[in-house]
Order: sequence, then structure tokens, then C-alpha cells
Amino acid sequence: MPLPILTTINLFPLMGGLLFLLLPSERKGLLRVSAFLLSLVPFFLSLVLLLQFDRTSQAFQWVEKFPWIPTIGVDYFLAVDGLSLGMIFLTTFLTSLAILTSFSIERNLKTYLFLFLLLETGMLGVFMALNFFHFFLFWEIGLIPMFFLIKIWGSENRHYAAFKFFVYTLFGSVAMLLAFQFLYLASGTFDFTELAELSQSGLLQTKLVFLTQRLGLTLSPDVVMTIAFFAVSLAFAIKVPIWPFHTWLPDAHTEAPTAGSMVLAGILLKMGVYGFLRIVLPIFPKVLQTFAPTLGLFALASILFGAFAAMAQTDLKRMIAYSSVNHMGYCMLGIFAIAAQGETAAKASALNGVLLQMFNHGISAAALFFMVGVLYDRAHTRDLSKFGGLRKIMPVFAGLMGISTFSSLGLPGLNGFISELLIFRGSFPLMTGLTLAATGGLLITAVYLLTMMERLFHGPLGAFHGPFPDMTRHELAVALPLVFFMFLVGIYPSFLLELANRSVMHLLEIFS
Amino acid sequence: MNLLSGTFWVSLAGALVILLLKKEAHRAIKWTAALTGFIALSLSLLAYFHYDLAFGGMQFILKRPWIPEFGIDFHVGADGVSLPLVLLTGFIFFTGVLIAWNIEDRPKEFFILFLTLVAGVFGVFVSLNLFLLFVFYELAVLPMYLLIGVWGSTRKEYGAMKLTLYLLVGSALIFIGMLALYFKSGIQSFDLMKLSEVRFPTNFQKIVFPLIFVGFGVLGGLWPLHTWSPVGHVAAPTSVSMLHAGVLMKLGAYGCFRVAICLLPEGATFWLPWIAMLATVNIVYGSMIAMVQRDFKFVIGYSSVSHMGFVLLGLASMDPVGVSGAVLQMFSHGIMTGLFFAIVGRMVYDRTHTRDLNELGGLSGPLPFANFCFIMSGFASMGLPGLSGFVAELQILLGTWNRYPILAALSGIGIVVTAAYILRVLHKVFYGELNEKLHHLEPITTVEKVAGIILVSQLIFIGLFPFVMTNLIYGTVEPLIRRLFP
Repeated sequence: MPLPILTTINLFPLMGGLLFLLLPSERKGLLRVSAFLLSLVPFFLSLVLLLQFDRTSQAFQWVEKFPWIPTIGVDYFLAVDGLSLGMIFLTTFLTSLAILTSFSIERNLKTYLFLFLLLETGMLGVFMALNFFHFFLFWEIGLIPMFFLIKIWGSENRHYAAFKFFVYTLFGSVAMLLAFQFLYLASGTFDFTELAELSQSGLLQTKLVFLTQRLGLTLSPDVVMTIAFFAVSLAFAIKVPIWPFHTWLPDAHTEAPTAGSMVLAGILLKMGVYGFLRIVLPIFPKVLQTFAPTLGLFALASILFGAFAAMAQTDLKRMIAYSSVNHMGYCMLGIFAIAAQGETAAKASALNGVLLQMFNHGISAAALFFMVGVLYDRAHTRDLSKFGGLRKIMPVFAGLMGISTFSSLGLPGLNGFISELLIFRGSFPLMTGLTLAATGGLLITAVYLLTMMERLFHGPLGAFHGPFPDMTRHELAVALPLVFFMFLVGIYPSFLLELANRSVMHLLEIFS
Repeated sequence: MNLLSGTFWVSLAGALVILLLKKEAHRAIKWTAALTGFIALSLSLLAYFHYDLAFGGMQFILKRPWIPEFGIDFHVGADGVSLPLVLLTGFIFFTGVLIAWNIEDRPKEFFILFLTLVAGVFGVFVSLNLFLLFVFYELAVLPMYLLIGVWGSTRKEYGAMKLTLYLLVGSALIFIGMLALYFKSGIQSFDLMKLSEVRFPTNFQKIVFPLIFVGFGVLGGLWPLHTWSPVGHVAAPTSVSMLHAGVLMKLGAYGCFRVAICLLPEGATFWLPWIAMLATVNIVYGSMIAMVQRDFKFVIGYSSVSHMGFVLLGLASMDPVGVSGAVLQMFSHGIMTGLFFAIVGRMVYDRTHTRDLNELGGLSGPLPFANFCFIMSGFASMGLPGLSGFVAELQILLGTWNRYPILAALSGIGIVVTAAYILRVLHKVFYGELNEKLHHLEPITTVEKVAGIILVSQLIFIGLFPFVMTNLIYGTVEPLIRRLFP
């Protein structure tokens, strides 16, 4: 039997983490290095996936499927296609960097590193699992380590932020769980691919009619599908987050330790968008088409309010957190645009843009949070008004921060430009008014990011106690790989676009 | 020797041996109790894995005449519903003795009563004769009065009295129902298997069903008759709370199923929709009350009320998947709440001498093991996947959707509020500022760790490999429910 590569990637961090727990707690150097090495294994394996992935196929690859709880039709079901491959690579890549970032942690180091490994297993599982039960297991597993990372290693207001993060997410999860139970009763399956086929052929609706009649409910299947759609979407909307469900995010980001923010912004938010792509679009295409224009307004609100709110912040981390709301808004705009009426070419552009934007925001948000962490380690403040003149004493930092900022605001030649261009190019003919209004978000983003740069790097030097060295070699080891990907995707985006292309076209067949 | 009745006889024999020991011989008494617990646990594990899945139905049957003139036999046996509960009793019995290891006050009497109580519980789960079941039921309930009244804390006399009065009222209802069944059946027998073949008249079922169901339901914590339970939990000494919430409340739910639902299906069809509503109130109301408690033990007490609501809701679903979920939830909740009470009573209260959530805080530093256990049982109680609670609640909700979709949706509120109160307690007890007075706490002993690890491993094992239990339960429940509710 060949090596089940997906299971290996998925469970390696957890299994390795359990062995890791046996190491002596006081050998901190050993703990750091071994956690980093453990996280490199899934990273290299995911590189193997990238190289061996068959780009000419739309089918799921490396399928692993076995019965798990036969009484309720639950399978152990892992597979990868173009939608998830990029996210899996991003996850293994950012987790390694996050662990590298965390070398300065002293308190409860072993638990801290173990939680990161557990988190990696959870996130990878979400991007690989294709059975609701299996998916949900990992969806919730990802919640627990992040809760403790914020609660134990966060800053002053950490308890409130951790609680809010947990309860918000769980609220969405319960809604999703209930919705899938109902769909299961009608269809007898938890399998995403089967549910999508049933729904697209109209059989799911017929089965729902039977179920509602048997239960004596006077609801039409359309209404049931709509309720289920909103219940499932709520879980993902909270995770993305879409306005007005975003309020947990600035708190969680501000309080989380640097590496926690990197992973939170870099990967956890993508789980929400991925949920829309993997679950909502294929299973609820009709409902999405009905509500897309309205939901587009929510995406617009995320874009504009996120940008305006970011402009109003003086706390650097809060500013970048709100800019994440803004950037994820573009993803949602693209997704809702796909469901609108229009030509397939535009939809393909929008969907490609969404996938690329997920990857790009993962890279640039992680980089920005890391840079803010570097500053915080030196200045012990995140208050923008306290900084100034850093360009002179930290030239390397200024350069790398500049690149990350320009990547985030969409400068051509860097990664963010391409994905935002594709989204706007795609959604313009599909949702013209909304797209025009959303360009306002680009403008405001440019304004506040440039203001931030100016405050940090120009003017008189801020008053700081103690030495203020430029970036260390260790910090460069984290920052440079991120900057490398900003350029790589900016100059040669097709290496990612090609991966996803077949899966994108396959997904769009539903809407054409 | 019959494996099943072995669990019962061993517990009783243990009580007798302790009776013969000198009352100063604390060590000997504890070791006897622990050994008894270990043997009982091993026997229940053996029975569990000796059950022939392919054959199904009642197994390990043993029948000896006792008072044959009245159709009373010593008649035991077990199926996929009772075996998980026997196993649960084994686990809680053994870990309960370990948790009571530090008892100093009259250990001899304490363990005699404790072992008698356990014997009664084993007896109920394996009885196939209604009369025998009732005798064991009383044997399990009465020592509780003394255990709480003598060894308890916080308003122990009130708690013990309230508990006993409620349960006696419940017993009276069951007794009336039982006699009604006996005379109406026309076969003058208490044999559960024979009675289940009798078809009682519909109107008779409608009258007797609520008597028996409510009678057992009192012990199961059915709202609004649950109020004895948090008070009793709080007053009881730790290992008794573990037995009480972990196993005794399951006796109630088990009786509801085995006697009321299985013998009176038409009455069940008529009444269960109402019971389902009460059960939903249990879930939502219990969790909300738990949210506002100041006493650590009361939080756990009300959380049991809320979780037993899921058991009752599953039973009321009259659906094979839902009822299977209810049985699994009984096991899962028994382990989880046993662990909860071990943490609250033994690991925390015995060291801090306070259960006030505002006085506790920061215990993750001095008591990391207690913190770990609380996190595991807390997450199991929220129903996070990967732990036992999820599979059970998933099945219960699936069954409930099938019959009462609105109630299924409402019970979702309970799940969210549960997460909120668990996180609140986790924060108040284990994080935040460490109280000045709590700086020097004795570390967790090895005996406590053994008990904790046994229970935590069950939560994880059932969470990851639920089929070890679901196959057994579903195999029994599915044909039974199909026959009862065609």
C-alpha cells in the first residue's frame, strides 16, 4: 500500500507534537529547534504535492476514503484539488514561519509550540476533508489552540478577546452543524461531493420535500434551502469575517501573540472563504444566485468600513486587523459576483482572483503582523503616534516593511495587485455598481497605509528607551521568504493560477 | 459464574469484607474498596467485550426463582443499552474510590455505604425482572441519604432530605405503575421480557406511562422536577457526587427507557412529544442557570441538568439514531461529569477550601493537571468533535430533527450557552489572578492522576473510535425501536 500522503501531512504535526511533549521542558533550545523541524516535514511534503499535482485534471487527487461511523454515513475522506492545494501549501509554509517567529517566547514554551502543531493539523484537515463530519472535526480543533494562544500568551485584554473569538466562532459552527444535520436527514449523506451533485441535479430539493412533508412542516424546499444556506454561511461569514460579524477580529488580532496573529490572519480567515468555495457554492448555487446582489452589499460594507476603520486606528495591530476585514471583503465581492448573471470569462477572472487573493493576503497580512511584532519587541508599544524617523536607524526594516505595505495596497509588480485586478476585472461586468463603489476601498487603503509609513519612518525620531537595532538575522529568516513570495506571485502569478485553473472552471460550470 | 451478576455480587462482597475489618484499619479498608472497584471494572469490561454482536438481544441471562408465586425471579441479563451503563458504573466506581482516597472521617461506614450503593446500581442495570429492578433501585437510592447527610458539606441535611423526598415520591409513582402493569398484564409476572410481549390497552398505557416515566424522570433530572439534583450534588462528598451525577441520574433515564418506553409504546407515542419539550427546557434552562452560578459545584450540577436534557430528548425522539445517541450520551456524560466532580471536589475544593468562583483564580499555575482535566471534560461537554460528547449529541440531534425539528434547532442555543459557561468557569478558576491565599497548594497526588487519566482517556477514545460503542448500542436499539414504533 502506498504512503497515504494526505493523512501523513495532516496528522504529522499532531503525532510529532505528542512525541514532542515528551521532551524535557527546560531544554528550550532543543524544544524550539525540534518544533521547527517537525513543522518542516509537512512543508516539504506539501511541496511534493505542488510538484506532483496533475494540473490538467479537475478531479480530486490523492483520494483517501474509508467508512468511519457507518451507522450515520460518516467516512474518513481526504482529497485535494486546485481549490485547496494552494491553501495547504500556505498553511504549512506559514506555520513553519510562525514557529520560527516564536523563538523569543519563554513562558510555557513547550505547550505553546505544541498548540501550534495542533493548530496546523486542524487547519490542514479543514482544507483536506470532504465529509462534513471529518471537516467539522478539524474546523473545531483549529479553534482550541488559537483560543489558548490568545488566552495565555496574549497581551492585556487577552481573556476578553479569547472568549469573544471562541463564542463567536462556536455560534457559527453550531448553526452550520444543525443545517448539515437537516441536509443529512433528507439526503442520507454528509459527503460534500455527493451533496453538491444531489443539489445540482435537483434531487436534494425533492428529498427535502419528502422530509418536510413527513415532519408535517409547511415549508417549501426553497425556504428550507434558504435557511440552511444562511445557517452554513453564518459560520463562514463569521470566520472570514464579513461585516457585521467582524467585531471579534480586531480584538483577537490585537491581543494574540505575533505568531498567533500571523496564522490567524494568514490562514484561519481563509478557512471561511474556502468554506464558501468548497461548500456554499456547490451545494447552494440557486440560493446564492437569488441573494448575491444583497450579499454583495455586505461585501462592500466589509471593504469600505474595514478601510475607514483602519484609517481611524492608532494601534498598529488594530489597523492591520481592520485592513484584513477590508481585504477579505474583496474575496467575498468576487464570490458573490460569480453568482450574478453574466459571461463566464468574467466569472473565471473573479474566481481566479479570489483564490489568488486568499494566498496573497495570507502572505502580506502575515508579513505585516510580523513586522509590527518586530517593532513591538523593540519599542514595547504599538501606538502609531509614538513612532517616527525609523528609516534612519532601521533601514533594512524600512525596506521590507515598505515592500509588505505596497504588496498590501496593491502596487503592480507585487502580489496584491494581480489578485485585486483579477477580482475587479471579473466583478465589474457582473456587479458594476458595487465594484465601482468598492474601488473606494482601494483608495482609502492607499491613504492609511501611506500615512502609516510616513508616521513610522519619517519625521523626528520617536522617544524610545533602550537600544533600537535593525532586523536581526533571525528576523530576516522569517521576513525574506514572505517577501520572496510577494515578488514571485507578483511577477509570475501563473504558477498558482495554473494549479487552480481546472478546478475553477469545474466550479463555474454550476453557474453557467 | 455469570459475568454480569458478578459485578453486583463483588460489590456486595466488598462491602461485607469491609464490615469485618477494624474501623481503624483505614489503609486496609481503602485497598479493599479499590480492589473491589478494580474487579468490578474488569468484570464489566469483560462482559462488554464478550457480548456477541452478531447474535444481539439479551445475553448473559441468568434466572433463579425467588418468589415464584408472585412471578418474582432473580433474573439478569444485558443488551446494548445496559452494557455501556454497566461499564460506566465500573469506571465511576473505581475512579470514585480513588478520588475518596483522602477520606479520614469514618471510612469504614463510608465505603460500606458506597459499595452497597454501587451494588444497587449494577443491579438495576442488569435486572430483567421489574420487581428485582425496583429493589435494586431502592438499594441504590437510600444509602445516598446517609452518604450526603453524614459526609456531605454545604447544607447537607437539607440537601439529603430534599433528594430523598423527591426520589421517594418518584419511587411511589413507579411502584403504583409497576403494580398496575402486574395486574393488567394478565400473566401475573414481573418478568420484563414477558411483559414486553403483552399489548396493554391504549387508554391504560396513556394513564400509566406518565406515572412510570415521571417516576424515573425525577431521578433523571427531568425539568421541573430537577431541583433536588444541583442541591444534592453540592451537598454530597466528592466521590458520591461523581456516582450521583455520573451514574445515578442514568438510572432514571435507563428506567424511563427500559420500563416506560419499552413496555408502553403507545403511551410513549402519546406523551413523548410533551416530554421532548420538557427535555428541551432542561437543555436550555439548565445551561442558562449554570451560566450565572457563583459556586463552582453548582455550575457542574446545572450542567448535568442540561446534559441529561439531551439524554431525555434523545429517548423522546423515538428514532433509532436518536435513542442510540441518548445511550451513548449517558455513558459520555457519566464519564465527563464524574471527571468534573473529581476536579471540583477533590482536586480544587479539598485544597482551596472554597468553591466561590470569585475567590478562585489562576489555578492553572499550581494545579496544571486539574486544568488539563477541566479543559478535556469542558470541551467534551461543549460537544467539540474528537471527544465523546460530540458523537452522542450529533446522534441525538439527528434523531430529534426527524421528529421535532423546532426543538432540535432550539437545543442549539443550549450548546452555545454551554460553551459560554464552560469558558467562564475555566477563566474564573484556572486563569486570571491567583488569589494570595492559594499560593501554597499541595500538588495533585498520583492516585488522583490515575483517576483523572482513566476518565480523560475514555472521553478521547470514544470521541475518536465511537464505533466501538455505537455498533453495540445501535445493534440493540435499532430492532427494538423498529418493533416498538413501527
